[in-house]
Amino acid sequence: MNLNASTNSVEALVAKIQGLSGGTARDLAHLHSLLKESEDLLVSSDSTRPSPASFLSELDPSKHSLGYLYFLEASTSRPISKEGSGEVALSITRFIDACKADQIRLAPDKFISVCRRFKDQVLLAEAPIRGVAPMLIAVRKLQISSEQLTPLHPDFLLLCLLAKCYKTGLSVLEDYIYEVDQPRDFFLYCYYGGMICIGQKQFRKASELLHNVVTAPMSTINAIAVEAYKKYILVSLIYAGQFSTSFPKYTSSVAQRNLKNFSQPYLDLAISYSTGKISELESCVQMHKEKFEADNNLGVVKQVVSSMYKRNIQRLTQTYLTLSLEDIANSVQLKSSKEAEMHVLQMIQDGEIYATINQKDGMVRFLEDPEQYKTCQMIEHIDSSIQRIMALSKKLSAMDEHISCDALYLAKVGRERHRFDFEDFDSVPQKLNM
Amino acid sequence: MEAEDDIGRHMMDENEIYANGGDGAGAETQRQRPIISGEQLDVEAYAALYSGRTKIMRLLFIAERCDNVSMQLEALRMAYDEIKKGENTHIFRDVVQKIDGRLGPNYGPDPAWADAVDRRAEQRREKLENELNAYRTNLIKESIRMGYNDFGDFYYAHGALAEAFKNYVRTRDYCTTSKHIVHMCLNAILVSIEMGQFTHVTSYVSKAEQTPDAVDAVTSAKLHCAAGLAHLEGKKYKLAARKFLETGPELGNNYTEVIAAQDVATYGGLCALASFDRTELKSKVIDNSNFRNFLELVPEIRELIQDFYTSHYASCLEYLGNLKANLLLDIHLHDHVETLYDQIRNKALIQYTHPFVSVDLRMMANAFKTSIAGLEKELEALITENQIQARIDSHNKVLYARHADQRNATFQRVLQTGGEFDRDVRAMLLRVSLMKHDYALKASRKQH
Repeated sequence: MNLNASTNSVEALVAKIQGLSGGTARDLAHLHSLLKESEDLLVSSDSTRPSPASFLSELDPSKHSLGYLYFLEASTSRPISKEGSGEVALSITRFIDACKADQIRLAPDKFISVCRRFKDQVLLAEAPIRGVAPMLIAVRKLQISSEQLTPLHPDFLLLCLLAKCYKTGLSVLEDYIYEVDQPRDFFLYCYYGGMICIGQKQFRKASELLHNVVTAPMSTINAIAVEAYKKYILVSLIYAGQFSTSFPKYTSSVAQRNLKNFSQPYLDLAISYSTGKISELESCVQMHKEKFEADNNLGVVKQVVSSMYKRNIQRLTQTYLTLSLEDIANSVQLKSSKEAEMHVLQMIQDGEIYATINQKDGMVRFLEDPEQYKTCQMIEHIDSSIQRIMALSKKLSAMDEHISCDALYLAKVGRERHRFDFEDFDSVPQKLNM
Repeated sequence: MEAEDDIGRHMMDENEIYANGGDGAGAETQRQRPIISGEQLDVEAYAALYSGRTKIMRLLFIAERCDNVSMQLEALRMAYDEIKKGENTHIFRDVVQKIDGRLGPNYGPDPAWADAVDRRAEQRREKLENELNAYRTNLIKESIRMGYNDFGDFYYAHGALAEAFKNYVRTRDYCTTSKHIVHMCLNAILVSIEMGQFTHVTSYVSKAEQTPDAVDAVTSAKLHCAAGLAHLEGKKYKLAARKFLETGPELGNNYTEVIAAQDVATYGGLCALASFDRTELKSKVIDNSNFRNFLELVPEIRELIQDFYTSHYASCLEYLGNLKANLLLDIHLHDHVETLYDQIRNKALIQYTHPFVSVDLRMMANAFKTSIAGLEKELEALITENQIQARIDSHNKVLYARHADQRNATFQRVLQTGGEFDRDVRAMLLRVSLMKHDYALKASRKQH
């Protein structure tokens, strides 16, 4: 095995990388095993040897991505000085930009650890915005399909949150995720995603994501689920105007038992919201203000309060054809008719109600929803919904088929079936005896 | 009115209604005013309707609830007299305390009487006990039953209701004929009503009705009344109304220890108004010859049901208003007066608006003898509860009926359902993925 002997030196390894990187899949696989074997060589803290970083210049990240990745990982695993931090971040950014997706997917662990280090560096430099774009590329390159959740998803969303780049975050959230490797990644992904959606006022999506966290199967209660439940209560109030304290039956029993104990102030808020009275809601907010503030939820709580005004005005549209601004102000407990006018105006602008304001008489005329479901756009919208749902149900049946062929599942079910059969078998003679 | 030419047609209808509900009813009430007992309750006449313990309890209830001192004393005086006829010294002392010497020396604590009654009671109890023991040793079923029954009667007379109930129920094991069972049930029902245990009432009513032999008409009427009372207490007004309406005229004065025929009319009428729709009201109340006999006893209720059915709401509500003070003094109805009244009023509002495309709020307010602002609030509440499909034009004070567009609603619902399905399925797939992971993890751990 003269190959093994020759890889003893880093230089030889570099040469191998240069030689094999451009080749076929088999060459790459061979290279990968070589790199794995020589990992000790790269990370050895022997200061007499030249650091792996010094070899990076000999490699081309776009051609020798796999080798470059190993060297980069090894070089960044050493403690990084403050001055070198920017340098490191820059080199990783370049690598992420240039690397070949099929090569790095051979060593996802290495890639993830490099990216995480990159995230740490960016956060250390207090410039999360610098990490957003590279991380997005990293996520995309690591993903085999857009349905897969990578461990980099939560890191990316965290950077988006810290950099307040909510729109960029949403672009990832728009993909539907179906494949999850690590529950923890999934919890964080949904939690951060929910926060981004709240930031973008996409409360429907936010409640969906947070709902996923709350109802996810879990064997022990975790902090992510608790915080998500708190936010889920608030988002439900904003989005649906109500919150049902009962969990869906597929929620894990741990969550059903424990979540409520951790979020009493939020449940109180939901109860006071259901009374429909602003004054009660506000006194409840005042009472728990410190708690909300400590949870960093005060801003969302304030949005809950203002959503109550909207909801009350919306309710009036169900009841009245015309109503004076003054009456609106009275019935939704706003201070002046001026304020009521602003609210109504804002809601008309947002398309939340259909109405016209007659400023001369101070009257508001509520109209019916003008949507007649006759336009081409509507037909197209309905058609696309149908297509989407058909695709979804196809996916569902495929999943069903897949699971019914799954060896683990069959083994488990088979064991149980066996037991049942046994009992069935037992009961037959008894029946005959009778 | 001139301004709303486009809705003139409806306006005319409304004018008619308005005339009926407003002026016409006004004339009518004027004519009948002497009948309406807006004035004070005649305690004596009221008390005469009842007998036994309920008479005392009803009088005491009136004394407790009414704020008119002379009426209070009148009720207490009659209660005192009534108690003296019986043997319940416990309640006697209570009443004496309540009278507090306000009725002169004749109505003071009569220790001689009370002691005599107590002594006699003690002797009687011993005698009954001896008798019962003798029966029990001889194992004569019928005598044991009688013995327990006597005990029940004895305790009931002395106000020990729980004991009485226990003894009455004990007779059950010794009942041999269905007549006995019915007798036992009636006793149990009587005591339960006095105790306010209406769940017992329901169960014993059904027990009595299940006896193999048909019960006679009087008993059946009694059972209906008892069941009606139980439903009334349980706030099941519709069921209560049905039971009272089914009560046969045989009831007469046979059940005065619980209920008077007048009460059947009042309870049944009000519950029916509050819970029946128009057709039911017509077929089950107005055309019910059985129930008409009861209604004749309380002309106010008869009139107000008639007014309600013929849409003379103002007059109907006026009758109700006049009756309210007295109904609040009723031992069974007092808790439910407000709820029933609210329901009747809401029903009237709904019925009033139902046939029209648009209603002038001014006229409606007039017909209901209320202000426009108040009416708006009431209507708003009803619309929010989706009891009236209409919207209020607060500017012109007109209520417009709203006809839901089925097509749009269907589209809306379809899109919503689709969205929900989409969301649920995706969430489900995700959960499956997580569970698969969890399971794979467990399996791999097991292997290692």
